[in-house]
Amino acid sequence: MKTIVCIKQVPSTNEVRLDPVTSTIIRDGRLSVTNPYDTFSIELAIQIKEKLGGEVIGLSMGIPETERLLRDAMSRGVDRSILLSDRAFAGADTLATAYTLSLGVKTIGAYNLILCGKMAIDGDTGQIGPELAEYLKIPHVTDVKEVLEVNEERVICKKITDKGHQILEVKLPALLTLLKDINLPRLPSILGIRQSLDAPFVLKRAEEVRADTSKIGLIGSPTQVLKTYVPKNSSEAIELKGSQTKVVNAIKDIIGEVN
Amino acid sequence: MAGLRIDENKCVGCSLCIKSCPCDALNLKRKLAYVNDKCTLCGFCIDSCPFGAIEMRIENHKPTDISAYKDIWVYVEYQHGRVLDVSFELINKARELADIKKVNVCVALIGNKVSSEAQKLIAYGADQVYLCENTKLEKYDDEDHTVIMTKLIQEHRPDMLLIGATGVGRSLAPRIAARVKTGLTADCTVLEIDLETGLLMQTRPAFGGNIMATIVCPNHRPQMASVRQGVLPVGQPNYERLGDIIHVDYQNEDKSRIKIIEEMLIPEVETVADTEIVIAVGRGIGEQKNMEYAEKLAKLLGGKVGVSRPLVDLGWSDYKSQIGQTGVSISPKLLIAFGISGAVQHLSGIKGAERIVAVNTDSEAPIFQVAHYKVVGDCVEIMKALINTIKSERTNK
Repeated sequence: MKTIVCIKQVPSTNEVRLDPVTSTIIRDGRLSVTNPYDTFSIELAIQIKEKLGGEVIGLSMGIPETERLLRDAMSRGVDRSILLSDRAFAGADTLATAYTLSLGVKTIGAYNLILCGKMAIDGDTGQIGPELAEYLKIPHVTDVKEVLEVNEERVICKKITDKGHQILEVKLPALLTLLKDINLPRLPSILGIRQSLDAPFVLKRAEEVRADTSKIGLIGSPTQVLKTYVPKNSSEAIELKGSQTKVVNAIKDIIGEVN
Repeated sequence: MAGLRIDENKCVGCSLCIKSCPCDALNLKRKLAYVNDKCTLCGFCIDSCPFGAIEMRIENHKPTDISAYKDIWVYVEYQHGRVLDVSFELINKARELADIKKVNVCVALIGNKVSSEAQKLIAYGADQVYLCENTKLEKYDDEDHTVIMTKLIQEHRPDMLLIGATGVGRSLAPRIAARVKTGLTADCTVLEIDLETGLLMQTRPAFGGNIMATIVCPNHRPQMASVRQGVLPVGQPNYERLGDIIHVDYQNEDKSRIKIIEEMLIPEVETVADTEIVIAVGRGIGEQKNMEYAEKLAKLLGGKVGVSRPLVDLGWSDYKSQIGQTGVSISPKLLIAFGISGAVQHLSGIKGAERIVAVNTDSEAPIFQVAHYKVVGDCVEIMKALINTIKSERTNK
């Protein structure tokens, strides 16, 4: 059983705060972390390996520093990792990222299962999973809450839908995106940390995965950011002032106008 | 190569760009700004430079012939016997955009025995309903719908395609986008037409925080965007409107690799979205036990309690009460927000509220920018006092 886990490096806080005076970003100096949703994929992949044997491969596209997070994943039981890192990948939107990751998957050869988090906390799009599955021409299931049965041919899983849930049987190879809290990610062991230092890790650049330069990075991204801004609202709120009794009565009157 | 360029003649080494960078990708080298390996080309620094020394170079590859792409399309989601509200909301928006561009609104209605809904879609603003009916489409399947939508896109060349950001939409939209190789912007809160270029300007909260990003898809078609239910208003139906219903053939060979073994539907629970008065509470209430005042107040007023995301993360409330971009969007007659500072994601979920009273100790809290009435004070004390006032008034009557 060969499982690929997609891992993204995200800022340690999911909130970018702006200095109200200078409108610049306030950094707190904390390091970036593994996207919390991906930690559940890592755990699930390791659990599957413990049951069925085989291999777990970590895959990421990011800056060279992402190696640290892939080593962390390997200290928890991921066997080896591939980091796709090149200046040419920068500025990728979801389509270009999915294409790039699909090249990473192709360097691995045959596999059974790909696991992704439901979304990354910094982008919140949740598009990479389905788009990657499409590039690889394999089926995908989003919003998986539980994997009930798995072998090399198929997975039986529980998908949360808008109106309830479904139990689905999916032929492998396939890609699942996982909801949070579907398991309790383990901590690295001392031995794991030691082994992760020498665990197989490769960094691949665009030409090494034979990337079509028109499909990667900023050039390969159909979407472009036109502008970013801090939302302002011109409407002025009416301030209710005075003693607490006065304020409370004013609120009560507003409620009265509605009821 | 595309990338960020620093014009060495214009850069004065003021380091303002370094402060603006969310990725720590700029530093000073020989007293000039220097881009290091961490750059993700997000473009934040460009506007930060007072000297115009930073530019983003995008070498355009050959654009698709986009002139042939014209109408505005909506994917209609039909689930368990009815069209979802989000589809009507999108049709209303598509109508507004189509009237500006003087094009048609086309909708795709896919399923088994769904034709009865077609007239209603026209009443809400569709000019053409592409109807694909087939007994095999009884159960929703990503692959079926991707194949049908891809075929429709190839044949009819939509300029834009809007999809509801529901569980189904969030699985289907990226699948379609990757198949037809176009851009997709998730969870938009504002959709507008750029009058100069005619492009769809898709605005969504970015970096998970207090920043909005406007995104365009200049060289690929259709321009795809998803919007959550409740974010956009729904229009008034006009059953006199005329439109065409066009039948679409679909033969699938049932080679789906996904089989539904069991399906459980949870009976529809009323959520905080289905009530006219919402008492919303956030981290400012301080302690979990203060939730009870919110519950009491909501009960007194015949409303419901909603919360901001931190309270769900803390376990003080459950997900179905979460208001905001990743929770529910609400449009009550009255919203009273206690101790909610007002992150962009939360604010995008309360845009539809008719009247907002906000109580917060911080007089600069962003929530006050959208509130109609502002109270600076201790939200727990005010909640308690309000409960007592209403109670005593009712007993006196």
